[in-house]
Amino acid sequence: MKSSTLRNIIYYTLFALIVIICGKTVENAYYLQVLTFIGINTLLAVSLNMLMGYAGQISLGHAAFYGIGAYATAILTVHYGFSPWLALPAAIGAAMIVAYLVGMPTLKLSGYYLAMGTLGFGMIVHILFREWSGVTGGASGFVGIPPLEIGPVNFVSDKNYLYLVWGTVLFTIILCRRIIDSRIGRALRAIHDGEKAAAAVGVDTRKLKLQIFVFSAAFAALAGFLYAHFVYFISPGTFDFITSVRIVTMVVIGGMASIWGSILGAALLTLLPEWLHAFSEFEMIVYGLILMLVMIFLPRGLTRGILSLFERFRRSDGR
Amino acid sequence: MGADNALLAIDSVSKAFGGVQALADITFSLDAGAITGLIGPNGAGKTTLFNLITGVFPTDTGQIRFDDRIIDRRPVHERVQLGIARTFQNVELFESMTVLENILVGRHTRTRYGILASMIRPPGVGREEKKATEKAIDLLDFIGLGEYAHRQSSDLAFGWQRLLELGRALASRPRLLLLDEPAAGLNIVETLQLGTLIKKIRDQGITILLVEHDMSLTMDVSDRIIVLDQGRKIADGTPREVQENEAVMKAYLGETRQNP
Repeated sequence: MKSSTLRNIIYYTLFALIVIICGKTVENAYYLQVLTFIGINTLLAVSLNMLMGYAGQISLGHAAFYGIGAYATAILTVHYGFSPWLALPAAIGAAMIVAYLVGMPTLKLSGYYLAMGTLGFGMIVHILFREWSGVTGGASGFVGIPPLEIGPVNFVSDKNYLYLVWGTVLFTIILCRRIIDSRIGRALRAIHDGEKAAAAVGVDTRKLKLQIFVFSAAFAALAGFLYAHFVYFISPGTFDFITSVRIVTMVVIGGMASIWGSILGAALLTLLPEWLHAFSEFEMIVYGLILMLVMIFLPRGLTRGILSLFERFRRSDGR
Repeated sequence: MGADNALLAIDSVSKAFGGVQALADITFSLDAGAITGLIGPNGAGKTTLFNLITGVFPTDTGQIRFDDRIIDRRPVHERVQLGIARTFQNVELFESMTVLENILVGRHTRTRYGILASMIRPPGVGREEKKATEKAIDLLDFIGLGEYAHRQSSDLAFGWQRLLELGRALASRPRLLLLDEPAAGLNIVETLQLGTLIKKIRDQGITILLVEHDMSLTMDVSDRIIVLDQGRKIADGTPREVQENEAVMKAYLGETRQNP
């Protein structure tokens, strides 16, 4: 118990140090922007990992909650003149309420059927963003979202935003780790291992699945909030089915039930398209090929895959 | 067998799946603190009865009372909360977890804090976790798996997995323990040790309903035996009475046996 707490503190400190070093050394605006996007995607991947990796429930509609967070803060700040800091709890609250209402019937489903249910939900939300043009700006998008500021500190500079996003990531990771290392986390993993057995030891599986679904929606909405106030412009295309699939891919590539792996997954899926521009029209082919190779050679995800490669290397070295 | 101090009362319970009558008009009650063996040929309805008592599916007709409370329509997890725990015929451990964590999940209903408290971590959470871990280690010592606490549960030998599943059920501090073929797949020595353990559990005041095909184990540990055949109760009595029962012999050996 004690040693795991100590280990977590070491990880968190290392994490904070790396973020600060990045902030101090990286001057190029483009790199700062990419690092910020990795942070936002990490939030999405970590929150989905709680649902997918730990509780074992597949959602193909995570982008919907991401979009609800982004559109809620856009609408409230631009149309209604809210301060973004007031819009934040409203955006998260809206996503949580929607998740609760959608989760109640859909979480009775499991496996493929849950995937189909959440897929349908994601599509409906995406269509709403696109067609409800009076409120959302329709297909041409929503412009003029204000930047964030707290008193004298504004988050217009890319460096400040980098710190804000990665600070939020650290905060989220700490919360997730606390849930995982608790009675609730054990019950979630129990559901993943066997729902029948989990119920037989007294876990209210329906309630817990719903709770973690709402939790993961809240943090997806937080990611949406950070995204909207970073780029000042949002459009429905960012929150479509493909984005949901990309978030699932981040979780799987990084490693199911691995919080730190989600950072790697998010980083790889954010960086790959940037690196692959050189391939122009072959970009998607190479992208898909790399993902396939990762899954073939590291089926348990990047983190565990790299760790076991390292183990093997060390063992053969010792002989 | 007075109905007054009965812990579990099954009253005219029936259950059909499609056209198949799995259980027909079953009535019996279990006195607190005894081991009752539930036997019968394959397809007699033993596992169905377990599933009705634990709430995996509802009864068609009849009533189940636990500790004078009607529990027919309560979901599985609430019945665990009330004090009914079970093991499975095919061991169903949480394989991604260690031995200790399996026991800790077993204590789920005896720990309180929720998802918000797990994030905020008020001091009570730490205390609850510490106490849960201590009790879990005590329990592991009781079932004899103390030194394997931090092993991955899937790495245990099969016999120990069975023990661990039993320990996980005990972790919920049940008053009624349902064991579904706990000796299946165990060797002779392990079966003997299991018998001793089952009696030790009864001596702690836990009522046990035991489904088991190993007759020597069942006859040895049971205070009373109920026999099911094709969904009906055909006998109910002490091990000796049941062994001499005409209907039981017919059910097990068929109609060929003739009286001289």
